[in-house]
Amino acid sequence: MQRIRNSKDFFAGALFIAIGIATIALGTRYTLGSAARMGPGYFPRILGILLIVLGGILAARSLQVPGTRFAAFRWRPTLIVLGSVVLFGAIVRPLGVALSTVVLIVAASAASHEFRPRESLVVGVLLAALAVGVFVVGLQLQLPIWPGQA
Amino acid sequence: MDILHHLALGFGTALSAVNLLYALIGVLLGTLIGVLPGIGPVATIAMLLPTTYALEPVSALIMLAGIYYGAQYGGSTTAVLVNMPGESSSVVTCLDGYQMARKGQAGAALAIAALGSFFAGTVATVLVAGVSVPLSALALKFGPAEYFSLMVLGLIGAVVLAHGSLVKAIAMIVLGLLLGIVGTDVNSGVERFTFGIPELSDGIGVVVVAMGLFGFAEIVLNLQSTEKREVIKAKLDGLWLTKHQLREAAPAVLRGTALGSVLGVLPGGGAMLSSFASYSLEKKLARDPSEFGKGAIRGVAGPESANNAGAQTSFIPLLTLGIPENAVMAMMVGAMTIHNIQPGPQVMTSNPQLFWGLIASMWVGNLMLVVLNLPLIGIWIKLLTVPYRMLYPAILLFCGIGVYTVNNTSFDVMQTAFFGALGVLFARLECEPAPLLLGFVLGPMMEENLRRAMLLSRGDATVFATRPISAALLLAAILLVLVIAVPNIRRQREKAFQEASA
Repeated sequence: MQRIRNSKDFFAGALFIAIGIATIALGTRYTLGSAARMGPGYFPRILGILLIVLGGILAARSLQVPGTRFAAFRWRPTLIVLGSVVLFGAIVRPLGVALSTVVLIVAASAASHEFRPRESLVVGVLLAALAVGVFVVGLQLQLPIWPGQA
Repeated sequence: MDILHHLALGFGTALSAVNLLYALIGVLLGTLIGVLPGIGPVATIAMLLPTTYALEPVSALIMLAGIYYGAQYGGSTTAVLVNMPGESSSVVTCLDGYQMARKGQAGAALAIAALGSFFAGTVATVLVAGVSVPLSALALKFGPAEYFSLMVLGLIGAVVLAHGSLVKAIAMIVLGLLLGIVGTDVNSGVERFTFGIPELSDGIGVVVVAMGLFGFAEIVLNLQSTEKREVIKAKLDGLWLTKHQLREAAPAVLRGTALGSVLGVLPGGGAMLSSFASYSLEKKLARDPSEFGKGAIRGVAGPESANNAGAQTSFIPLLTLGIPENAVMAMMVGAMTIHNIQPGPQVMTSNPQLFWGLIASMWVGNLMLVVLNLPLIGIWIKLLTVPYRMLYPAILLFCGIGVYTVNNTSFDVMQTAFFGALGVLFARLECEPAPLLLGFVLGPMMEENLRRAMLLSRGDATVFATRPISAALLLAAILLVLVIAVPNIRRQREKAFQEASA
């Protein structure tokens, strides 16, 4: 078994191969057609094959050409930032822009190592007022301000 | 005299009160975002795109274009005053601009950046207007085979000039093409790769992809480091240039403008490449290259003119051929598509007001930047003192509201978070997201042209090589790949040899 010398390229290659295989597998449900009359499955099939080939080149090279190592990864800020966005998407309609904004700002602020809960609450309230003013009143976007208006 | 007639039509549109207002809003917002570090023009446009839905298409595009060159400008302001490039295209401005500021010449640095940009912007506007007509006429003669090959060349060119691994970049393009065709196939009505999710039947939104990959991922990556950001302040005393400085800078402005105008048109070119190229050109031409990095005014004048010229001429391939050459232009394609305008050579004839109005507004926007922004510099600098811990939640909020209101659905917000996670993963794997975005917007067009070309040739794939224009375009693409790939192979072999002998 050969050693992986460039783990970034190796995993990138593996990812592309996996997506390529999935594309071809899912694409079997679509009519392939012929070169002259391409069905909906033709172009995706080409792309799937290309992904597998390119991913293969990357993975093969990663065994020979050394690369840099992965830097340390912090899951906390990643999960908090993306999680708070998902949460915002889920509550903005039922709770309205005002409350959802405060929730989003406080939750997202917790991702920073300089998190200050009280400060984030103040920022949240100010931004909520701004968001309502700009988006709902100013730009007339169809958004509920308070709970139960949707 | 045609060009004058066209420009008159354009200025008629651009100078209407409404469009002047949107150009102003655009350059102000762009400058604001350009000043703030950690959010680039692609994420900005994605964030603000939803607010332009209600506008007339021409006003929307004028505003978005204003954001783009406003961002360049804001980026240079912070580069000079606090040694922090607000945008990647102003990285080189830090080198000499900040040194000038330390010597008490911040005013001169900002003034030459503004004047150089304005000059470059004026030249580039005329160039865009002049080149567009013949180029569009040429593009109208293209059949599907030529178009397909042109897109191949455009995509390959865009990644060849970018940094990083070529194979990865091409794989990212392919992935982008694949994401681009998610949704209902226009020819057969079959829903592809929608996993039975009804929201996906219309495809994935460009705002969703761009905001996730460029906006959210950037924030997560910024939060990975626990370093404290320090804001250093330079004094700003009057905006003046001595005669000597002006004489020193003028040739650099001219060279920067010429270089930026050319590099801006190339696939993968644009503001960033232009500024880097101009800096190294100025350094090579200087009698005393050791001055560079110590506050040489030519090191500011050249790149600042070049990046503005490049930012504007990069509209040429988009407006005449319908092919975006960098991620910002891909966003403009997204914006045009949302307003039901298919970018391409036909825009000039079918929508002359929009076409010439947009071009004229470039010059108007540049004028606004010079006139308005210099007095506003104090405010921009104050903004920099807002700590990042308050800034990024606010950016998330505007992104969140922006993406939600595209279709008024939570699903889009979740999707954006997904692309944010994907963006973080790509950054970990050192895969650049820009080629993916280019592929994404070109995906459906590329499939359509491939289908039509093959239908016309009755399934004979050699059509791409036997039609002369198509063959030339493909050949150029292959040459580009070889030029890059060969030294790459050589270097790697050398590395391997070194290791073997060690």
